[in-house]
Order: sequence, then structure tokens, then C-alpha cells
Amino acid sequence: MEPAGRRTVADLALQTDAIGTRPAADRSRVLAKLKFSDLAFHGLTRAAAILVLLLLSGVIISLIIGSWPALSKFGPGFLVSERWNPVTENFGALAPIYGTLVTSFIAMLIAVPVGLMIAMFLTELCPQFLRRPIGIAIELLAGIPSIIYGIWGLFVFAPFLQDSLQPFLISVFGNVPVLSALFEGPPYGIGMLTAGLILAIMVLPFVTSISRDVFSAVPPVLKEAAYGLGCTTWEVARHVVLPYTRVGVIGGIMLGLGRALGETMAVTFVIGNAHKVSASIIAPGTTISATIANEFTEAVGDIYTSSLIALGLILFVITFIVLSFARYLLLRIERRIG
Amino acid sequence: MAAMSVVSAYAVDISGAGATFPYPIYAKWADAYKKESGNGLNYQSIGSGGGIKQITAKTVTFGASDMPLSGEQLNKDGLTQFPTVMGGVVPVINIEGVKPDEVVLDGATLANIFLGTVKTWDDPAIKKLNANVKLPSQPIVVVHRSDGSGTTFLYTDYLSKVSADWKSKVGANTAVEWPVGIGAKGNEGVANNVSQTKGSIGYVEYAYAKQNKLTNTKLVNKDGKTVTPTAKSFMAAAANANWEATPGFGVVLTDEPGADSWPLAGATFILMHKQAQDAAASKEALKFFDWAYGKGDKMAEDLDYVPMPDKVVDAIKRSWAKEIKDKDGKPILALSN
Repeated sequence: MEPAGRRTVADLALQTDAIGTRPAADRSRVLAKLKFSDLAFHGLTRAAAILVLLLLSGVIISLIIGSWPALSKFGPGFLVSERWNPVTENFGALAPIYGTLVTSFIAMLIAVPVGLMIAMFLTELCPQFLRRPIGIAIELLAGIPSIIYGIWGLFVFAPFLQDSLQPFLISVFGNVPVLSALFEGPPYGIGMLTAGLILAIMVLPFVTSISRDVFSAVPPVLKEAAYGLGCTTWEVARHVVLPYTRVGVIGGIMLGLGRALGETMAVTFVIGNAHKVSASIIAPGTTISATIANEFTEAVGDIYTSSLIALGLILFVITFIVLSFARYLLLRIERRIG
Repeated sequence: MAAMSVVSAYAVDISGAGATFPYPIYAKWADAYKKESGNGLNYQSIGSGGGIKQITAKTVTFGASDMPLSGEQLNKDGLTQFPTVMGGVVPVINIEGVKPDEVVLDGATLANIFLGTVKTWDDPAIKKLNANVKLPSQPIVVVHRSDGSGTTFLYTDYLSKVSADWKSKVGANTAVEWPVGIGAKGNEGVANNVSQTKGSIGYVEYAYAKQNKLTNTKLVNKDGKTVTPTAKSFMAAAANANWEATPGFGVVLTDEPGADSWPLAGATFILMHKQAQDAAASKEALKFFDWAYGKGDKMAEDLDYVPMPDKVVDAIKRSWAKEIKDKDGKPILALSN
């Protein structure tokens, strides 16, 4: 007896089981077949997952090999030296590391609260007819290539800052101790603050989109219950929505931070590309990825190239530390909640 | 002869990579050459450093660099080198009310501005050179290239020659440790930052400054004469250089003597292996450059490049016959004249 042509294996298994027209041996054969396809699927997906690990270790290994000449020459001093002199081949990573962290910090300082507020507005307060346009606008922001942000930043945003925001900051904070050091120097228009602001715009969609999605996944019954107790919208957002979606929100923030740390093109255009560590955030600086993008093509000499690869390795490590820290944070929160 | 016609019966693509500065003229030459011979040129403008790396790794038929390699380096990798076209670098400024060719600077003052020791436009050092120009008491904003480039090499090489301070503190390279200023990407980045920032000074390729009508300065050259950047003053610098005595024609045309010489000129170079791995490809490449020296001058001038002097071209062609050989030790391209 031939099994019916198009039936699935599962149908067949059911049939043999229910009607019992076939001997038990057949049934085990069908089950074995099922087991085989399950095993094959298991193997395939596991191979795909392991591939990621292999790729990642491949990247790390080649980064370490590539950066070895520089790291062995400069030692741990590479991390704390501000020198970046291609002529004498004396390199240090402090300025790019500092610039990367400062610009990302400025970006997150702005993008996280603004992004959360937009997401909150979209899910809790926004009238129906406005939701789609605002939502689409946010997603379009994410779709703009970074080079466009760079050109816009250089030609439009930087001159605007030079004429308006920077002179304002300098004059307002000029006489305030501590803060005056943050806004010291001539208003170039470009610099670490400009780069941070551009980055904030670039990571905003990541924070907003993911927060909005997780906010709208909060069961309505929870919110209704809170409102029923007489909570205000703020209280519902603060004590129901945010705690419920904490994990998702932090995930979105980390995704944004990852982009801010590694963003290259837009930053290269507006940061001023000076290998200097300055307290002032309106002064020109540089980031790891901007340095690599700027100098890789003309880097002649092994130590120069190797130092650039070493910068890449450092960025890799920074990203790894940030992500681990985020995981640790999540773990702690979870444990505290019980 | 039969072998030659077989070669040219196929359309061959010559592959090269390197400097971005000569890319426009190489592209234009390649276009015209393809129409004439059917052979195309695949040139990737990835920067001089990339060009040197690729020719050393033998992934291209020729590499291109704005910074000449020393004779020692050439010998180490078995390479030969020759210049194709020349260009100039000009300082550009942005001071309210100042027009092109109005402000005069000399090498030492230029170096001090970029070292950060001359800080304002009404500094006595600048005033002394510009008695008739009204200069404001404005801080000088220095703008330099952030990406490594042949332009930066020429500029810093010049500053090293005219200022001992610059030589000991900064030096010359395609990228250096700039004491002051902001870095901008590419000629267009420098031009843009200079045109947006009052009181700024930067440096760009001559062709770029001319086509975008930027405010350039004049310079005092080695002979103490004030010169304007033009194709003529670049030629004058080239005419006074001692090409044949330098290995691989690796002359950097900065601070050349001569009353009319612009002190910031330079050639761009082609790098090829002395013993060609693929003789047919190398031959095609040489034929392309032979054609470019013969018929490409007008095209180069249209794009504000300066062609090599005939005397130098003759010497270059002689060097091909002597240096670039196939596996049997025979010259790859017999001289056409």
C-alpha cells in the first residue's frame, strides 16, 4: 500500500496510529523518520549559531595579530598616550578613546530621555491620526545613510551651531567655574559637541522604535487597573509601563549606544579630527572609528597600520565591556525583582 | 609584430590603484585612450598608501603615490618609479574684505601660523609682509587635512624645509601630528571649513582652489621673490629641479630655486615592478603612459594639472627600457622613437 501522495509525515503518523491498519513496526519507522528530520533541523540551526561564534573569534584573532606589532612596541602606554605622530611613528590611543566615549555619552544623554518621551507620547497620549506620521518619521530617521548626516552636519548644522548655540554656551557659562572649562575656546562650529548632537539624532530612532514597540506590548489590563486606582498618566508610565518594559528599553538603549560608539562617517565630518584630549566639549577631537577611516588609506609603514588596527581592537573591547555591563545591569534588576 | 597585433586584438584592462590627487586626469586619459585603442584602465583611487601596499602585494599592474619612494625603498621591493603630472598646493584664507592674491606670506611665517606661535592676523610678522592690506585683529583658525594625503605631504615637506622649528617639532608626512587647528576630510572639507570660518587659513590643491574661486595667498619663494600660483610658476619649479640625478625621479618640488618658482609644487608618481610578473599587462600599462605623455598634455592642462617637461619625459622613457624587464631580462617596451 502506497501512502497518500501529499500528506505530511505527521498526518501519516496520525493515520497509522488512529486507524491501526498497519503493523506497529511501520509506526516506529515513521517516528524514526520524524526524529531524523528533527535532528537535522537541530544540527542546521546549531551550526548557524556556532558560525557566529567562529566569525567573532576570527575577527578577534585577526585584530590581535594585526595590532601585535604596535601593542608590543608601545605596551600598555598605548592606552594612555596622547601622542599620535605618523612622522616619528609614535602612537597612542588616548585621544580617540576619549573622543569616542565623550561623543557617545553626549549622544545618549540627549537621545535616551527624548527617545523615551517620544515613545511614551506615541503609545499613551498621541491622538490616533498623529501616530502613523510621527512613527514613520522616526523610522525614516533611522533609514538615512550616515554620510548624509555627515554632509548635513558639516554644511548646515555646524554653521548654525557656530552662529547660535556655541556663542550662547560660551557667554552663559564663561564665568561659571567648572562649566567654563567645558565650553572653552573659539566656536569652530565643528567639534565634540556637534558630533555628539549628530549622533543623538542618529541613535534616536533606535531608542524610540524599540521603546515604542515594548511599551505597546504592555497588557492593557495592567494600565487599566492602575488608572482604576486613580493613577495619573505620569504615574502609570513611571510605575507600570517602564518597570514592565525595562528589559526591552535597556536593549534599545544598548543598540543605540552600539551605533554611537562605532559611527564613522557622520562623526568624521563634524568632529574636527584633532588628536587631542581637551576638557572643552566644543573643542575639536577625534574618535576611534573616525581616526581609522581618515588615516587607513594613506597609512604607510607597519607600525602606523598596526596602530590603526590596534584602535579597532580597542573599540571591539569597549563595545564588549559596554554590552557585558548592560547584561550585568539587567541581571541585577531581575534578581532584585525576584 | 604578429604577437603585438594579437595582444591588441583583445580589449585589455590595465589595473592600477593609489593616489587620489591624479584620479581626475587618469580617468580622463583612460577614457580617451579607450576610444583610441580599445584598452581600458581600471584605476581605484584609494590613496597613496593603499597604492604602495597594492603594488608591493602585486595585486595591481601599477601603483600610484603622491609621495615619492626613496631609492632605498624602491630597491627593497624591486620597484621602479616615474612621475606623470604635476600640480601645486596653495594656502587659502578667509579674512573679511581680502581678495585672492592680496595677502603675501613667507615660509617661516606660514610655519609659525601652523605651529600656533603666530596667533592673530595683525601679528607683526604678517603685517611686515603686507603693508598695504588692512588686516584685522582676529584669531587665526588653522584648518588642515584629517585624512592622510599627498597634499599634506607636500605642504609639510615645504614647512620642514623653510622652518627648523617645524622640522624638529612636526616633520613631513602624508599625515602629521598637527600642533593646532581643526582637521577636515579631503580638499572639499578644508575648503568648506575655511569658507565658513572667519579668520581661517588652510591649504588645498591648486586645481581645487581655482575651480572653487577660493581666496589664495601669494608666497615668497627661495629666491626672495613674491610669486602667484599659476601653471607657469609650477613649471618654473619643475624646470629647476634635478630630475635625473634623483632615484626614481623622486623629486619633491618644494622650495625650489628660481625667481618664478612657486614653492609648493609636486609631481605624482607611478610605481611598477622592475621584473614584471605579467609582462603583457605591464606592457599595456607602459603603452598607456607613453600615449599619455604624447597626447595627454592638453587634457591635463584643462584640468589644471601641469604636464611633465619634455626633457624629463625622454629620460623617463629611457628608464623604462633600462629598468622594466620581463623574465628573460628583455625590456618590455621598446622605445618608439
